[in-house]
Amino acid sequence: MIKARLFGALGLLASVFLIGCGADEDADKGARSTASAEASYPSTYQALSSKLTLIQNATVLTGDGARIEGGSVLLGDGKVLEIGDDIEVPDDALVIDAQGKWVTPGIIDNHSHLGVYASPGVSSHADGNEISGPNTAEVWAEHAVWPQDQGFNTARAGGVTALQILPGSANLFGGRGVTLKNVPSRTMQGMKFPGAPYGLKMACGENPKRVYGEKGGPFSRMGNVAGYRAAWIKAAAYKEKWEEYEAGKAEKPPERDLQLDTLMGVLKGEILVHNHCYRADEMAVMLDLAKEFGYKVTAFHHAVEAYKIADLLAENGTCAAMWADWWGFKMEAFDGIRENIALVDKAGACAIVHSDSAMGIQRLNQEAAKVMGAASRVGMDITPEHAWTWLSLNPARSLGIDEVTGSLEKGKNGDLVIWNGNPFSVYTRAEKVFVDGALVYDLNDPAYQAVSDFTLGSLEIEGGLK
Amino acid sequence: MNRSLNKIFAVCALLLATQLQAQTIAVTGGTVHTLGGAGVIENGTVLIRDGRIVAVGKGVEVPRDAQLIDASGKIVTPGLFDAYTDFGVKEVSAVEGTVDSAQSGERFSASFDVSYAINPRSILIGVNRIEGVTRAAVVPGSSWGEAGSVFSGQVAVIDLAGPGDWLTRSSAAMFVRLGESGSGLSGGSRVNAMLALRDGLEEARDYSANRRSWEQGAHWEYTLKRKDLDALLPVLTGSTPLLVQVERASDISQALRLKKDFGLKMAILGGAEAWIVADELAAAGVSVVLDPQRNLPGGFDSLGATLENAARLNKAGVMIAFTAGGTHNARNITQYAGLAVANGLPYQVALEAMTVNPARIYGVSSEVGSLEAGKLADLVIWSGDPLELSTFADQVVIRGKAIPMVSRATLLRDRYLELNTERPQAYKK
Repeated sequence: MIKARLFGALGLLASVFLIGCGADEDADKGARSTASAEASYPSTYQALSSKLTLIQNATVLTGDGARIEGGSVLLGDGKVLEIGDDIEVPDDALVIDAQGKWVTPGIIDNHSHLGVYASPGVSSHADGNEISGPNTAEVWAEHAVWPQDQGFNTARAGGVTALQILPGSANLFGGRGVTLKNVPSRTMQGMKFPGAPYGLKMACGENPKRVYGEKGGPFSRMGNVAGYRAAWIKAAAYKEKWEEYEAGKAEKPPERDLQLDTLMGVLKGEILVHNHCYRADEMAVMLDLAKEFGYKVTAFHHAVEAYKIADLLAENGTCAAMWADWWGFKMEAFDGIRENIALVDKAGACAIVHSDSAMGIQRLNQEAAKVMGAASRVGMDITPEHAWTWLSLNPARSLGIDEVTGSLEKGKNGDLVIWNGNPFSVYTRAEKVFVDGALVYDLNDPAYQAVSDFTLGSLEIEGGLK
Repeated sequence: MNRSLNKIFAVCALLLATQLQAQTIAVTGGTVHTLGGAGVIENGTVLIRDGRIVAVGKGVEVPRDAQLIDASGKIVTPGLFDAYTDFGVKEVSAVEGTVDSAQSGERFSASFDVSYAINPRSILIGVNRIEGVTRAAVVPGSSWGEAGSVFSGQVAVIDLAGPGDWLTRSSAAMFVRLGESGSGLSGGSRVNAMLALRDGLEEARDYSANRRSWEQGAHWEYTLKRKDLDALLPVLTGSTPLLVQVERASDISQALRLKKDFGLKMAILGGAEAWIVADELAAAGVSVVLDPQRNLPGGFDSLGATLENAARLNKAGVMIAFTAGGTHNARNITQYAGLAVANGLPYQVALEAMTVNPARIYGVSSEVGSLEAGKLADLVIWSGDPLELSTFADQVVIRGKAIPMVSRATLLRDRYLELNTERPQAYKK
């Protein structure tokens, strides 16, 4: 692991402890209200100020699989007002000529630990794993998010407009994830995506058994599954007690239990399950576990062997959120192949490119490009407009926010990126990033390059950071 | 000489000739980036015989029985060289038994020669060579959190052709750690790390001058073991460079002071803040091995990490070499090189940083790193711009051998391309 420290610090360290995600296709369309018990810590997000803006002459990838050459997008009131190849210029609009440039929906990463494993990666910043017991469904990532993590800024420069911050994967139940808009803010609440459902992080395999093997268990994958089952049995009983009380069959409400509140939220379909799981056989077991207790796995995260059971994922409507090419750092990651995402996609399952890394999140478009290149070698030609579904609409689905973002459609949020070329080229960079129609990053204008409090002094040293 | 003996000689000569002919390969028609004096040659030919390049240029005459590799419309470059890896000494990072890159417990291990542990049949080698990585520096490390050593041991340069003559050079550098990681290995302060290093070098210098009297028991005892002192001798003479893993600008300056005090040859590994002291590095002629994608601090040692590190160092006249920063995906070195170009590094320098420059740093540039007559034939034929994300290696040649373009990963891929097969996938091999 020393090299992880030196070079991939954030990325590789994260890989050992982190988990995956999932998307719920049918039950979870669109932004949903959070469970009533979760009205606490409400979002205070306000869109930054914006102007009526017309972007013209671009190659537009709409994010839902379509492409418009010479396309235009009109942003106003925080929304996409119009999209097409022939939009009349409104009198008072700011016009951006995007000749030779590409426009896409903002990238959405459903697996990030920014803010909970913040830069600099010192141990004081390690807030992503509550390693006090294998079931910590009671903890919430949002209670630890440090908005001054400069990784939010570098991710924004990579075109990321929304992201889910998850707890790590040390535990069977790691706790709640939170979806954020990638805007600079003094508080977590100022970034919290209004109306987005919570996620529950679960973890299969090596991590929980490694972490707890000598601390009372689980010691094995058998113990992992027994641990999930025992927890769901309790959660089902807790849910029943609440239902009895709400039906007037009990006088007093059950005593509130934070851990069971979260698990009950899953059973009620209000909280989405994001399940870190690498091996094909384990994912199959987890799908059956979900059926046993009547919940849905929204997405498997990492899912390094998803290509072996892509048909099963399609059948269950479960997404797989994956890296392009990470492999081999542990036994359950040994069978990673570069075509994984493409093969999941080919089977008709919901494929997502995720980062799990403060480095990787800066170039998820490049990760997709590597997959496209690898797939072309075995005769799978994936178009840019199709590949973009892995980067915005599918992750939006997995987060339950696809009715408001993830694609460029009239009425959806104005979350988009202007790239200075084809975003699947290594030389291309995000030039302008918009969240809710407001310019939040500009490659060529320092006035639109946010700097965290922590980084502030460093900018003055010898020429500055970039 | 009698006739029958003559006959035997003749047969032998014929056999030998056939064998040599069979090893003649001509790569024709490609755009050849020689990374040598000839620059870029359009429609060039690279002629390879017996593992070495015999000619590079336009209109090179191709022997009739040479194996032809058509590179028309493609790009030909030297094989890629990752300057910092664990190749052959690690399979699965989290499976201890497969990790031989580091020792723990010894405070001083200059003699730790990583080449003894290298497995040329490693699966990582197979996966990465078909993507263009043909040479690598295998750098010993220390297990994090355990008592390691400031002197971590000796670097080996290998090729990725598999079993055979895979060792290009052992003891290609002596690896040491300073700064925060050195501090952690030597008592909690970077002062300790620097003192341990200086003490070690001073003992070795004394040993070099007083070896005989020490052997006769007429000299004070050294704290280092003899094998470690021996290992430091070539460092003192400058024939083996000291590879210093260090990130913070002030620590890099201290390393340069050490270089001057002992007259060492030196290269920096990591160097997140190297750009801040680029002029000092250039003046001292010290190169930097870096991962171009690092722009976030892992700790306070690398607060100055920036995507422009490579470009700024190059502009100041510092030679740079790349590492992908992780051996399983050494193949991503091309992506990170592209990232450096997107952030201001000239394209040509990006190619140099993963071919000739690492070869120079590790003292093997007379053998590898460029496509020039006399050098070992490591080359890659790319489907397009090698830095682009959708480009792949069409064919890789290492030491004159065309490598079969399969790996465990491609076999897994092929096995699961179709899921609804009549018989279980396990029967597909």
